[in-house]
Amino acid sequence: MILDAREIVVCYPGAGRPALDGASCAVGPAELVAVVGPNGCGKTTLVRALTGMLPVGAGAVLLEGRPVAEWDRAAFARVVGVVPQREEIVFPLTVAETVMLGRYPRLGPLAAPGATDRAAVWTALERCDVDRVAARPVDSLSGGEWQRVRVARALAQEPRALVLDEPTASLDVRHEMELFELIRELVEAGLAGLVITHHLNLAARYADRVVLLSEGRVVASGSPRAVLTAERLTGVFGWPVAVTLWCDGSPQVVPLRPRERGP
Amino acid sequence: MRGGWTALLLAVVAASLAAGLAAGAVPLPLSEVWAALRDPDASAAVVVRSLRAPRVLLAFLVGGSLAVSGAALQALIRNPLAEPFLLGLSSGAGLGAVAALALGVGGSWGVPVAAFCGAVAAVALVYRLSLVAGRRLDPRVLLLAGVVVGSFAGALMSAILVLSPATGIRNAFLWLLGGFGGASWQGVSIFAAYAAAPLAIVGLHARALDLIVLGEEPAHHLGAPVERTRRLVYLSTALLTAASVATCGIIGFVGLVVPHAVRTVSRPLHRTLLPAVFLVGGAFMVLADVVARTVVRPLELPVGVVTALVGVPVFALLLRRTLT
Repeated sequence: MILDAREIVVCYPGAGRPALDGASCAVGPAELVAVVGPNGCGKTTLVRALTGMLPVGAGAVLLEGRPVAEWDRAAFARVVGVVPQREEIVFPLTVAETVMLGRYPRLGPLAAPGATDRAAVWTALERCDVDRVAARPVDSLSGGEWQRVRVARALAQEPRALVLDEPTASLDVRHEMELFELIRELVEAGLAGLVITHHLNLAARYADRVVLLSEGRVVASGSPRAVLTAERLTGVFGWPVAVTLWCDGSPQVVPLRPRERGP
Repeated sequence: MRGGWTALLLAVVAASLAAGLAAGAVPLPLSEVWAALRDPDASAAVVVRSLRAPRVLLAFLVGGSLAVSGAALQALIRNPLAEPFLLGLSSGAGLGAVAALALGVGGSWGVPVAAFCGAVAAVALVYRLSLVAGRRLDPRVLLLAGVVVGSFAGALMSAILVLSPATGIRNAFLWLLGGFGGASWQGVSIFAAYAAAPLAIVGLHARALDLIVLGEEPAHHLGAPVERTRRLVYLSTALLTAASVATCGIIGFVGLVVPHAVRTVSRPLHRTLLPAVFLVGGAFMVLADVVARTVVRPLELPVGVVTALVGVPVFALLLRRTLT
């Protein structure tokens, strides 16, 4: 396992119940894990705990076997690339400059980026198909391009694990599919992938394992077919759903209208 | 920054320095300025070497330092409206300095320290006031808090001035008006001594500032020590502002106008932004001082009046753009 959260408990100050209550989640090389669950179930808290932004009250978060809290920030960023949920652009850079920020964990405070850095940036730009817009300022990009630029920035870190928090929120079908295809390709190439998403159907088709969170606890974890059952999802989301099988064997979730019955 | 811009920048700096040395109560042609710089016995040597040169150099260093403070604060707060004057740092520093002058403690080396204490107190208070709903920093509240803290410090300054003995008042008033009229080589060395370390600290955090501009979370994920950087850079800007206020009074808007101008022509990566902002800030202040001492000759305007005349329209422009 590259990233491994073991029965972690996270309490926000002043909150009644813990945001995460004994949740476990791990991801290894060439594996894509999707974390799903209703709003407020602790998905983003899990990302923050996994990436050392939040201290855990109990349990342990390990990166390559070592507690995350012991990692130096820059060293951590050389192993794990994170694409956080939101990012507001204040002083827009160009696409290439933005992706170069992914090299900062490998640069000293004064040294200028070298040929290796430029090569890594270019590879990341091409990989995410944003090399054509390399010179554009980031505030002129479409939503889909901007998300791919942020993934490229994380790839420029040359990480062994990639964590994405709702990467396709507010993207249309094409950009959503393109991004999941990209993530899958990266995982096939050996990266450990952890993606937080609201898209149960995409999680079912792209992920090797699905972790279903509810109220800070892991309700189920395993293959999409084992986790995404109609009964369980209906209980967790509080809305009746039916689950059918798509021709590739992945379960597909259809929310039901009142008084409607599944197939 | 590309070669062309660098050359232009250096040309602007050289032109501002030349203008600063040539202009004054008695305007000197550049040939005489040059002669005076090369030959200590030239006719204009006294004026140029012991009056104008320290004045120009001090204005340059103070302008550069205030501009760098503005750029650094803008990165920390992630808002182009941040500036030492608007955030109340200058007034806090002013209060500290007035208190020291009124009490007659400190001397030329101690006043900056008192100003630093005032600036740190002001920045802490402003920051505290603008943390709404726990941890989110709202730029509008931040600016309001800056104005409120600035006014409060201003009121306390007035109170101290009224209550202190006559000699203290005179010293404090002269200084409070702001300007480089009293510049001396000693003033230049004191300022340089206080400004060197914080400028270096801000410069060494250029990369971390690039990341902090993205927001706390992305900065953290890209390996920046967010909290440590914030604390060190805040203290550095407080020290730069304090040293400026202690040597030449309260001069506003330099930290707003200059980074804004530089960002319009150059990309905002701090490794190039900060040096450019320092040079342009220095040149801007020298030219503002030239205007201040020539426009109503033989009287002198406080240089803060000139920077405000340029700065307020820029502020209005940025305010519209930021809040819409």
